[in-house]
Amino acid sequence: MDMKERMKLPRHPMPEQDPKVRARNFDEVPLGYTPETAKEEALRCIQCKNPTCIEGCPVEIDIPGFIKLVAEGDFLGAARKIKEKNALPAICGRVCPQEDQCEARCIRGKKGEPVAIGRLERFVADYERSQGEVSIPEAASPTGKKIAIVGSGPAGLTVAGDLIKLGHDVTIFEALHKPGGVLVYGIPEFRLPKAIVASEIDYLKKLGVKVATSNVIGKLKTIDELFEEGYDAVFLGTGAGAPTFMNIPGENYNGIYSANEYLTRSNLMKAYLFPEYDTPIVKGKNVAVIGGGNVAMDSARTALRLGADNVYLVYRRSEKEMPARIEEVHHAKEEGIQFHLLTNPTRYIGDENGWVIGMECLRMELGEPDASGRRRPVPIKGSEFVIDVDTVVVAIGTGANPLIQSTTPGLDTNKWGYIMTNEETGQTSREGVFAGGDIVTGSATVILAMGAGRKAATAIHKYVMNK
Amino acid sequence: MAAKVLEKEQLSENVFKLVFDAKKIAKKRKPGQFVVIRIHEEGERIPLTIANADPEKGTVTVIFQTVGKTTTHLSGLDVGDEILDLVGPMGKPTHIEKVGTVVCIGGGVGVPCVYPIAQGMREAGNHVIAIVGARNKDLILMEDEMKAVSDELLIATDDGSYGFHGFVSQALEEECIKKGKKIDHVVSVGPVPMMMAVCNTTKKYNIPTIVSLNPIMVDATGMCGACRVSVGGKTRFVCVDGPEFDGHEVDFKQLIDRQRIYLDQEKESMDHYCSCKQGRGGK
Ligand SMILES: Cc1cc2nc3c(=O)[nH]c(=O)nc-3n(C[C@H](O)[C@H](O)[C@H](O)COP(=O)(O)OP(=O)(O)OC[C@H]3O[C@@H](n4cnc5c(N)ncnc54)[C@H](O)[C@@H]3O)c2cc1C
Ligand SMILES: Cc1cc2nc3c(=O)[nH]c(=O)nc-3n(C[C@H](O)[C@H](O)[C@H](O)COP(=O)(O)OP(=O)(O)OC[C@H]3O[C@@H](n4cnc5c(N)ncnc54)[C@H](O)[C@@H]3O)c2cc1C
Ligand code: SF4
Ligand code: SF4
Ligand code: FES
Repeated sequence: MDMKERMKLPRHPMPEQDPKVRARNFDEVPLGYTPETAKEEALRCIQCKNPTCIEGCPVEIDIPGFIKLVAEGDFLGAARKIKEKNALPAICGRVCPQEDQCEARCIRGKKGEPVAIGRLERFVADYERSQGEVSIPEAASPTGKKIAIVGSGPAGLTVAGDLIKLGHDVTIFEALHKPGGVLVYGIPEFRLPKAIVASEIDYLKKLGVKVATSNVIGKLKTIDELFEEGYDAVFLGTGAGAPTFMNIPGENYNGIYSANEYLTRSNLMKAYLFPEYDTPIVKGKNVAVIGGGNVAMDSARTALRLGADNVYLVYRRSEKEMPARIEEVHHAKEEGIQFHLLTNPTRYIGDENGWVIGMECLRMELGEPDASGRRRPVPIKGSEFVIDVDTVVVAIGTGANPLIQSTTPGLDTNKWGYIMTNEETGQTSREGVFAGGDIVTGSATVILAMGAGRKAATAIHKYVMNK
Repeated sequence: MAAKVLEKEQLSENVFKLVFDAKKIAKKRKPGQFVVIRIHEEGERIPLTIANADPEKGTVTVIFQTVGKTTTHLSGLDVGDEILDLVGPMGKPTHIEKVGTVVCIGGGVGVPCVYPIAQGMREAGNHVIAIVGARNKDLILMEDEMKAVSDELLIATDDGSYGFHGFVSQALEEECIKKGKKIDHVVSVGPVPMMMAVCNTTKKYNIPTIVSLNPIMVDATGMCGACRVSVGGKTRFVCVDGPEFDGHEVDFKQLIDRQRIYLDQEKESMDHYCSCKQGRGGK
């Protein structure tokens, strides 16, 4: 196909489950490209001499390189190419905010639509997995150095993958009973099937990474005790897992959840399969979700799938300021989530048994831009109104869990409790202790956590080899 | 971490004791802390107080009452069986210091929870008065053990079949406070109404009182907020900020309401368990 024809190819849409059907099941929403569609989409990439797309990818995948292999039909080769830089492509292809990263910088997006880099990445990773045995690289000769990784989210998994390949003895300590961090307890099955996360972790185990689940560091062992046990370095990738509430009256009424609890019950504990699984969840009929990020969208769409009649998404700014991915906002709307924008809850109303029955809200208008550059929402006096609800999910953000920081003397944190590090190396104020991901930056993205993990792994390798 | 059952004992009709092989936890735990248990892949996570631990043998003991699906399933385990997860030690340890006379009150399955606290308080040099209560004589738990870690032991039964006739809060008021014993500190663990009654009594006499709360939990690491309660008007997470709090500040009504969130589903889960058990072994 010549260049002219290639320039004419439209971006290939992602086949998806019908909104009406999928709103009532937990199966994955996008179905994935076929090999034919993938090849055609790959032809849209004009193989720029100066590929700006790579600058948009925090782990600098050779994007034109892998896309060329896709166009040639060498899908396994494409997978190898991606894996030079990114160990978790099946995950990133699904959850990266591509519209702000690689695809935002694609030259073809200047006039028309960017190449569907994320969808191609996902296709390649899925293809490789469907071929069965993923090839295991030869083990590096052992260095005799022991590394402890605390937390098994994308940051910890990346550090583990990089360091095991260099011949270190790597153990991941995870507080929960399943590894994966937000990938298993937060992001729902319909957006990231848990089998994919499990297969990525199995791969690391095959490489020799030890995964010690149900190990709460700071409680069972402190960081100092890990060093006493003979670990040469420690990486902290504990995430930003502490839920935030609004501290408005009535917030502890029955039926009011943090997004973390709601999603953990549904995803990690599989409450949507109750009573086959033991953990229950309130299956509300009229559910309000407070917030405008990915977490809010995931909660709202989960509520719908648990059988709600009405799901209201209540956000204090306008749609333009929503931090959620555009694709997820679009999916939520298609499925019938009702958006109440420029609206903020002020208090909850409960019945005599302590169950929430109503939520009083104020209407807002947008004022001057605030520190984040977004226009500040200002309440409109006297605009109070009540929404009838039986379930509320508060998804207004998370903070740092102080478990480790409070049991590790000499570990410096900032005023929000996040661990302070050297940005290039992940080095903390404690010798031999490195950190990265959400516990350093506050809630960010999977790929940024992986990028931080990559940098820390390089620094850890240097540190232990010079010790 | 998986853990094997090493010993099992039935203490009363609905109360069981299990001793698990859990070396690391046994070494680390302090009075007042708890573990989280998940029996099998489809199981829920439930918290149970560490009633006792032996750092030498590497064992952790829990004592629990069968109230629903998970505790019933747990009571059916045998020596040699393994559970999928035993996590801990969670929660803040009891603040133990020498204050003088400490009354340690345990009601029902609160007794195993107050036992390590009494032990710690005694070791710290306090004069420990233990009050152990239950509905009737058959349900009194750990009498000998409590006797061994206290200077004085009082038994109270609701029906008067053994010891003081009445609630533990009444025993505290009639047998200790009104008899002129100078009490510096009270620790009370048991069903919420019992802890409430004790707090109402001690408030009258201005005696500092610590209670150990048992809300519904999920992760028990401070990540979900399921366990939140109001203490002194502020929301606290029991799993990481507690489980012990100043009893005079706790909003007990809210705690009781929140414990009842899943009443219907807990029943459904139990029925499902029983019908599966008849059908095909049950999980
Ligand atoms: C619902 C939801 C949806 C999201 N959607 C997206 C999306 O679409 N795209 C995107 O890019 N990002 C998304 N994010 C953000 C992204 O998931 C996070 O930025 C990323 O997971 C952070 O990775 P991490 O490795 O730093 O930490 P986490 O993934 O948070 O993992 C930390 C792990 O450490 C463990 N841990 C904590 N303390 C201890 C301890 N003391 N001992 C042992 N283990 C401990 C935790 O249990 C957890 O498993 C979403 C987040 C949420 C909550
Ligand atoms: C810190 C702490 C220490 C505890 N220590 C003990 C102990 O030493 N011995 C003992 O017998 N019990 C103890 N409990 C209570 C015990 O956790 C519950 O009885 C148990 O979870 C019930 O599970 P179930 O499936 O058998 O019953 P269900 O039918 O699920 O519930 C019965 C009752 O247990 C409560 N409950 C249900 N799920 C949970 C959960 N995930 N977490 C907490 N409570 C729940 C409910 O409020 C309900 O009233 C403790 C609770 C906490 C929070
Ligand atoms: S990892 Fe994320 S940012 Fe990088 S190319 Fe893949 S989808 Fe784009
Ligand atoms: S910028 Fe777009 S067209 Fe150019 S190489 Fe990257 S993906 Fe291909
Ligand atoms: S049980 Fe989840 S925060 Fe306490």
